This record gives sequence, C-alpha cells and structure tokens, in this order.
Amino acid sequence: MSRTSPQVTGWLLLLPSLLLLIAFTHYPAVATIWHSFFSTPKGAVPASFVGLENYRLMIDDPVFWQALWNNLWFALGTIPISIALALQMALWVNGRIAGRGFLRLAYFTPTVLPMIAVANIWLFFYTPQYGLLEQITGAMGLPSHNWLGNRQTVLGAMMIVAIWKEAGFFMIFYLAALQQVSPSLAEAAALEGASRRQYFWKVLFPLLMPTTLFVLINALIDAFRMVDHIVVMTRGGPDNASALLLYYIYQVGFAFWDSAYAAALTVVLLFVLGLTAFVKFRFLDRRTHYQ
Amino acid sequence: MRRNMITLAAVAVALILSASSALAQKVVELTLYYPVAVGGPVTKTIDQMAASFEKDNPGIRIKPVYSGTYQDSIVKALTAYKSGQPPHLAVLLSTDMFTLIDEDAIVPISSLANSADDRKWLDGFYKSFMLNSRIGDKTWGAPFQRSTIVLYWNKNLFKEAGLDPEKGPANWDEMVAFARKLTKTEASGNVAQWGLKIPSSGFPYWLFQGLTTPNDVVLMNEAGTETYFDKPAVVEALQFWVDLSARHKVMPGGVIEWGTTPKDFLEKKVAMIWTTTGNLTNIRANARFPFGVTMLPAKKHRGSPTGGGNFYVFKKTSPEEQKAALRFIKWATAPARAAQWSIATGYVAVSAAAWDTPEMKKYAREVPAATVARDQLQYSVAELSTHDNQRVTKALNDGLQAALTGAKTPEQAMRDSQREAQRILRAYKR
Repeated sequence: MSRTSPQVTGWLLLLPSLLLLIAFTHYPAVATIWHSFFSTPKGAVPASFVGLENYRLMIDDPVFWQALWNNLWFALGTIPISIALALQMALWVNGRIAGRGFLRLAYFTPTVLPMIAVANIWLFFYTPQYGLLEQITGAMGLPSHNWLGNRQTVLGAMMIVAIWKEAGFFMIFYLAALQQVSPSLAEAAALEGASRRQYFWKVLFPLLMPTTLFVLINALIDAFRMVDHIVVMTRGGPDNASALLLYYIYQVGFAFWDSAYAAALTVVLLFVLGLTAFVKFRFLDRRTHYQ
Repeated sequence: MRRNMITLAAVAVALILSASSALAQKVVELTLYYPVAVGGPVTKTIDQMAASFEKDNPGIRIKPVYSGTYQDSIVKALTAYKSGQPPHLAVLLSTDMFTLIDEDAIVPISSLANSADDRKWLDGFYKSFMLNSRIGDKTWGAPFQRSTIVLYWNKNLFKEAGLDPEKGPANWDEMVAFARKLTKTEASGNVAQWGLKIPSSGFPYWLFQGLTTPNDVVLMNEAGTETYFDKPAVVEALQFWVDLSARHKVMPGGVIEWGTTPKDFLEKKVAMIWTTTGNLTNIRANARFPFGVTMLPAKKHRGSPTGGGNFYVFKKTSPEEQKAALRFIKWATAPARAAQWSIATGYVAVSAAAWDTPEMKKYAREVPAATVARDQLQYSVAELSTHDNQRVTKALNDGLQAALTGAKTPEQAMRDSQREAQRILRAYKR
C-alpha cells in the first residue's frame, strides 16, 4: 500500500469546499470584474473591450449615487437600532419571567416568515386611510400620511420593516451568548457592590463583544443584500427615493439587459462587502476579546 | 410473488419506453411560458386550453410553464434564450417587442403566416392592439391577453353626493367637479373619502398615457427611436395630474399605490378609480355596492393606452416547431377561444369576430361593463414602447413621480425625462 503524503491528503480534504467556493464565489467575482470592462453584447453585436467606460458612466449616473447614498443611510439607520433591540430582547427573555418560551418564539417569528409575504402585509400596514398605522394615528387624532408615497418617509418606512425582520434573528445569537456567561460573574460583581449598570457595561458587554462583532458584520451584509421588500413595496420609488444598490443592479441587469453596466455596479458592491470583511479581520478582531 | 412484481415492473418500463420512443418520432413538443398578472384561476384555464388543443392536433404537445409576473417571464425567457434553450412560445408584454427584437430573440409572426388565410387572421385583430405588435410591414407579436384602462365609480357614493349614479364623468372638467363633491373631509382635516385615485406606483407612465392621449399628444414615434416627453401638451397633462391633489384636493398627495387602489375602492375610501379592465372580475366579485365602468374622460377627445401581453415565437427553434407554434397561436386566438379567455379572465377579446360569438354576446348582455373596454379601443393608442424600453420608461416614471411628490415642477420633470430618454435612444437613431 502506498502512502499518500500529508500534502496531498490536505488538499484532498480541502477539495470539496474549494470547488464550491471557486464555482460559486471566486469565479463569478472574477468574471464580474472582467465583464465590467466590456460592452454589453446585443443580439448579433458581440461584446467589445471598452476599458473604464462603464465606470465613467457610473460616475455620471445620478440614480447610482442615489442608490448608494440610500443604501448607506439604510445601513446606518437599521444596524445600530436592530442590534440594540436584539440585545434588549435577549436580556429580557434570558431572565426568569413567565411565558419566556412564548416570548422568545414571538421575537423570532419575523425571521422565520418569508420576506415576500411579510412585505405584502406591511404594504397594507402602511396603506393610507385604512391601514393599521393609519388606524392607530387616526385614533390619536394625528393627520393622515401617505408613508410609501412620499420621498421623505419611504426610506424610513423600509428601514422599519428591515429592523422588524432582523432584530429577532440577532436576538438568537445574543441569547446563545448570554447563556454561556457564567452566573458566578454576576454574583462576584454583586459582592463587589457593582450596580446593574456597571455589571452590564463593564462585564457583560465586553464578554458579548465577539457576538456583537459577528452580528454587526451580518447586519452590514444584510443591509446591502436585502431587497425583497423593496421589490414588493415600492420598486425603488417614488423617483428612486427607496432604491437600494442591489435593487438597482437587478434593474440594470434584468430589466434593462445591460449586463456590462450591471457588472460594473456589482464590482462596487463587491468592493463594499470586501472592505467590510477587511475591516473585520484586520482591525476589529484585534480589539475583540475572545474567550 | 416478489419475482412476479419485478417482472411486471420490467414489462411496464419496457412498454413506457417503447411508447415514448414511438411518440418522440412524430410529436412536436412546444414549451409555452406564460405569466399571471390578474386574479382568478388562469393556470387552470391555460392547462385546459393546452389539453383541448392537443386533442384537436395530435401531432403537437404543449407544455405550459407558469413563469411568474410579466417581468419574471421576460427575464426567464431571455435567460433561457441566451443559454440556447428558449421556450418556443411565450406570452410577454406587448411593450417588450423592441427589447426582444434588439436581442434578436424572436421570429416575426408575419414571416411564418404566409397563406392568404393567415393574413386574414392577422388582419382580424383590433387595429389598436396591432399598434404594439407591428413595425412597418412586419408583425412581431399576436395579441392575446390585452387590456386597457377604464374608470370605475361607486354608484352609492354618487347618490349620497347628489350626483346621477348612472352617469360617470365624460370629460376632465366633469371628473374634477364630481370628485370635489365626492371628497369628504372630517373636522380634524383628515379626508375620510377621496373623490378620485389615479395610481402612480410601479408603472405611472401607463396611467399617464390616459391623460396625454385625450390631450391629443403621443409620447413616442412608431419606430421607437424618439420620445416627446417635453412637449407642452405632455407637461399640461402632468400639470393636471399634479393639480388633482395640489390644487383641487380631490386626490391624495404623493405616489398612490397601484396594488391597493382596487382595495381602496372596495373599502369605499375613494369614489372613482382608474385601473385596468383586468380588475373587472375581481371588483365584480368583491364589491358590496353597485358600481359603474366608463371610458376614461375626454379632454380634446377620448383616449387611453392599450396594455397587456402578446404571443411571441422564439428563434433558435426548428422550422417545424415554429410552424406548430403558429398553429397554436392561431388556434388560441380564434374567435371562440378568445371569447372564452376573455370571459374567464376579464381581458378584452382581441378580435371583432370574438365579440360576435354567441358566448360573448351573452356575456356582454350580463356584464355590460365588459363592453366599455371594447368600445374604448377606437380611441386607444399604443402603450409606450421604444428601444431599450424599460430604461426609457424608467426615465419617464422617475420624472412623473418627482412631479407628483412635489420634488420638481411638471415642466422641469418632463424636461429631465426627455433629456435622459434622448441620451438612451441616441444609439438607436443611427
């Protein structure tokens, strides 16, 4: 029997995941960058090399800039709030309260529901005149509002849907992390006379830092990845006020059939996500205390 | 016992194999992509159609593939085409014609329909439906599930407001005057009931054509290489749309959601709405009050765009398959079928001959509202469709929404839309 060298064994063990990664992550990414330097093939006209033309077009494209800014605001608006909410909910359902299981389930439900279905329901929540929101504000005597039909409120309305959908999911991670924290720490802190506030900020929160980091990265990726509710509820309107980057890429790629320009836009998205990963591994990991 | 079972199974498999290989030599199998854009059991109707076609034409088998919305359907059809496996037939938006031609994906139907009988069949469709199906002397699509915009009104609310419940508004002035009487404001300033809603989410350009056409202006040329968004008559039409909420205060401000507008009507939150004839079946089933349907009101004259889907035959298929596809299209749009389809879905039957069938005559007597769409066809124009269609359409949609949300004046918005459309269409003018 011949013995395979450890080198070969190592590569063989890596092979399955390596193949999947190359086929579905690395090759598409490289191909996208490659295609972004060509024109879109149309009918009988094949693609030709155009250099940076697609990127020059992008700089002049007001819709791209609006989608990018919208997306940054969307990220800024959804991430801190959903993380804070998730932590709050986890702390609450981690304590000894009646109906704890039911409460956990209730918080987690939005995550389980399919986004398309949920977005259709939210569409009716926001409906002027007889929607749920209108009935509440109407009962309080507040003026009627067309939430989705207004440039000023539409992005905020979309953020609320995203937060509602995400917070329960992040809560699960916090809950798992909280159960790992030894109760002796709380006892020790109490013996030392630390207030609950001090215990949370000086003991619990630092211990939860790896989870926070994980959740933060996930939230950031989701902020650039979640567009189902945009498709159902606003289609980017009114006048691009709720267009997010990925939705715009979809429009350019599959409604305008301009695959080269869509590739250039995708490169921007890849860059943003790559930067996120870089910041995580390079800086945040060093400052995080892993147990 | 067990051995018997195995033998039996083997025999069965052998039989199936030999049967299917015998069939494969003769049968032409056609894939048909179709979208569902209105309520009702459309999928079942299509399956029944395919089955009854196969009975009449034993050599052809139809495989209907439900492909989602219109937008999903063109994405799927073009992606399949690019990978070399297109559907033989697809029902796609009539406005996708230029996109499909530019992608070199479809065969002109007129090149397949050569006989005198075929030409007579093509001439049988309503002229206004052919506007979105024909360029010059080439016909690229065959009208199938076509619609148009009409005005629905709530007769009870008309009576309450002291209006004649049997008479819808005939022109713009009447529409505003009626809507004023129909708008009810509470003491708090909130509006409990609006006079009118013209939806503006998703595809406002289509409803906008219901305003520009009566104002005697078209939005594009027939070749699909020019748009006229900044003409004064277009700006005037948009100003009227904006004024409905800003000046007359009979319509809610901002963008009005297309999807919830029929529901608003059913909930009696609005007395008059503009929506597609495709909603007739839905509103008829769910309205708990008498309602009327009328043509869109006139300004200089009446007018509305057509909408909906055509049959297309794809390239990269064999001549026999294309011939079989034409046979199916002719069969499906024959008067009796067109009448059945119209009654089942609410779409407008596509030829005058279909309206002369006994079933359709009976339906028209029972549901007089259905004939409104047909009678409006004589005033109808093509739905906005150009080269690079969805991009040009978006340029207009963005401008319309910018004006309706008050971000731009109608004049500024249309100037911007026109400039963007011109930039996009430059490449197609040569």
